[in-house]
Amino acid sequence: MNSSLCPTASPSSPTDPSQQKVKNMKKILLGFALALGLTGAMAAGSNFPMDKAPKRTNDMAALQNGAKLFVNYCLNCHSAAFMRYNRLRDIGLTDKQIAENLTFATDKIGDTMKASIDPRQAKEWFGVNPPDLTLVARSRAAAGSHTGPDYLYTFLRTYYRDETKPTGWNNLAFPNVGMPNPLWELQGERKPVMEKVMSHGKEVQVLKGWEVSKPGTLSANAYDQNVGDLVAYLQWMAEPAQNTRVRIGVWVMLFLAAFMVVAWRLNASFWKDVK
Amino acid sequence: MAEFKEISPDAPMAQKALNWVDNRFPLSKLYNEHLGEYYAPKNFNFWYFFGSLALLVLVIQIVTGIFLVMHYKPDAALAFASVEYIMRDVPWGWLIRYMHSTGASAFFVVVYLHMYRGLIYGSYRKPRELVWVFGCAIFLVLMAEAFMGYLLPWGQMSYWGAQVIVNLFSAIPFIGPDLALLIRGDFVVGDATLNRFFAFHVIAVPLVLLGLVVAHIIALHEVGSNNPDGVEIKGPNAPKDANGKPLDGIPFHPYYSVHDILGVTGFLLVFSAIVFFAPELGGYFLEFNNFIPADPLVTPLHIAPVWYFTPFYSMLRAITTEMMFALVAIVLGAAVLAAAKLQLTKALKVAVLGGAVVLVALMLAIDAKFWGVVAMGGAVIILFFLPWLDYSPVRSIRYRPNWNKWLYGIFVINFLILGYLGVLPPSPIGERVSQVGTLFYFGFFLLMPWWSRIGEFKPVPDRVTFKPH
Repeated sequence: MNSSLCPTASPSSPTDPSQQKVKNMKKILLGFALALGLTGAMAAGSNFPMDKAPKRTNDMAALQNGAKLFVNYCLNCHSAAFMRYNRLRDIGLTDKQIAENLTFATDKIGDTMKASIDPRQAKEWFGVNPPDLTLVARSRAAAGSHTGPDYLYTFLRTYYRDETKPTGWNNLAFPNVGMPNPLWELQGERKPVMEKVMSHGKEVQVLKGWEVSKPGTLSANAYDQNVGDLVAYLQWMAEPAQNTRVRIGVWVMLFLAAFMVVAWRLNASFWKDVK
Repeated sequence: MAEFKEISPDAPMAQKALNWVDNRFPLSKLYNEHLGEYYAPKNFNFWYFFGSLALLVLVIQIVTGIFLVMHYKPDAALAFASVEYIMRDVPWGWLIRYMHSTGASAFFVVVYLHMYRGLIYGSYRKPRELVWVFGCAIFLVLMAEAFMGYLLPWGQMSYWGAQVIVNLFSAIPFIGPDLALLIRGDFVVGDATLNRFFAFHVIAVPLVLLGLVVAHIIALHEVGSNNPDGVEIKGPNAPKDANGKPLDGIPFHPYYSVHDILGVTGFLLVFSAIVFFAPELGGYFLEFNNFIPADPLVTPLHIAPVWYFTPFYSMLRAITTEMMFALVAIVLGAAVLAAAKLQLTKALKVAVLGGAVVLVALMLAIDAKFWGVVAMGGAVIILFFLPWLDYSPVRSIRYRPNWNKWLYGIFVINFLILGYLGVLPPSPIGERVSQVGTLFYFGFFLLMPWWSRIGEFKPVPDRVTFKPH
């Protein structure tokens, strides 16, 4: 939908798996072993190198796919309590499409996105209440290191099986995460292959690649593309006005730049009699 | 009372109306004194934009603030959601909010630059001491305004930043814990704190701020503006034309009003670029953690104040127990030096030494945390005394010894380094650097009576240097 208007729409540009592997190998996983030892409530403390999230917040098709994934895979446990369903009009959906495909049976189109899970049960199951995701793409950034979308894009692609954990899952970007892999059906089950290397005189674990134990319903590339769409949606949802903001900003800058010339000449014409 | 002026019955309507008003309210008088016949030096440079820009930002903050208050809920349970409501559901709410959040940082940018202008051109020197003192009061009140405003979005950084700063007050001996309790209205930052900070942020502090701004401008227009040469244009010996108007001055309106339009446009270009393309400015204007609602049970790993407080926050953190020994040595050394070198009476010498001993005893008896608070507060308060610390025979840096330029340059770099360190989590190297930086900051001011007299001063011209455009 609308893909002709959006040059970045093609959710293709498939990355070659071997290339991906090389990229992963290149990544230095500083202090992987150390990170495993942390009881990390804050993923921001992890030193895992983050991948760059694809920029798709102007890509309606990607955002719609992301919204679908969000509603299907995230919204059961996580709310987006500041986000109204009918705001999805901004990403090219009609009220009818939203009501039929994306809301739960009892929701009204003007409602905010509330999870169906009982908070008390959630706390019992996961140890913490699943946090609200409306603003997660903004809050998960780290100054000078990565953006929120970069973090989310990496986090959702670095789950692995870990039998020592109560949920059976662990994550490289968020060690000891309380949430099991929500997209496991799509991604399948994997384990990281680590390699010991010397870095700055210390022996550190480096991610060499992944060992797939049970393939998911999506190929590695298709999975990355879908996570990219989901992250784009989260990024858009964190600030639905962002595209409007940039669009208006361009006009404001153009106006001010033109007015600057007027102000400059006005000033010069007054000041020419100051001797 | 001024004389009641009659006007010809044939005069145009507008003139009659103005005459009617002028007989009852000094409208023309005010206009002439502050705009039409306020003579400002004609050699203002780039640095002189920031005064009018500070006024512009004040107006932006007040106007956007009014619209924010229409939708904001000062309630711990509703505040965070109401900000998101403004960002999403209020038409143009995002623009108003970003203008306000960017305006807060912009305010400090222009005020810091405005203050630095005063510093390098000696704008605080006699007879402009009160202009400077009112200005410092504005800066202090602005810090209170910004600090209280930052709590209102009720995010994690709002909450924990307020918690940390209010707790500092509890380090004051005897009254500290009760004082902190009084500020918070509770044992931890909570709904009561939010409500009172809201009241201060939207009513009390802005009223004080406006009053001080008026006092600042009235004082300025009484003594006249300084200029980059530090030459008086209105003094008894200054050159004047046949009508007694200063030859080196030009009426504020229209010359500086059109000039400031240029400055305003330039400022708005930068301001809009941030508002529209980078409202978070990499986490410096809107901290990332503040997009998480305040949670009294989860302390963020690293709590950093917003950038405009960080130089002072660095000085607070620099005062460790270890640092106290260095400070004790400095106090004792200074007292001995003063007693030995200065031409003081015997009684005064004894008083200096005795005072130093008492101060050292207090420094050793009271926790370093308190002295950190003193350093942080003192770093702002010391600015008030600048007019009485500077003994230089000339005002402007242009006619001071060349090495002064380096000194002022290092002062700026030092301030920036302190600001940068204040953003970072504490580290051993950062601590040492900030300790040296703190000593330099205070040394710059406290030793000014000594260093400001030294060196070869250049002759100050009789007239301002001005090249017609």
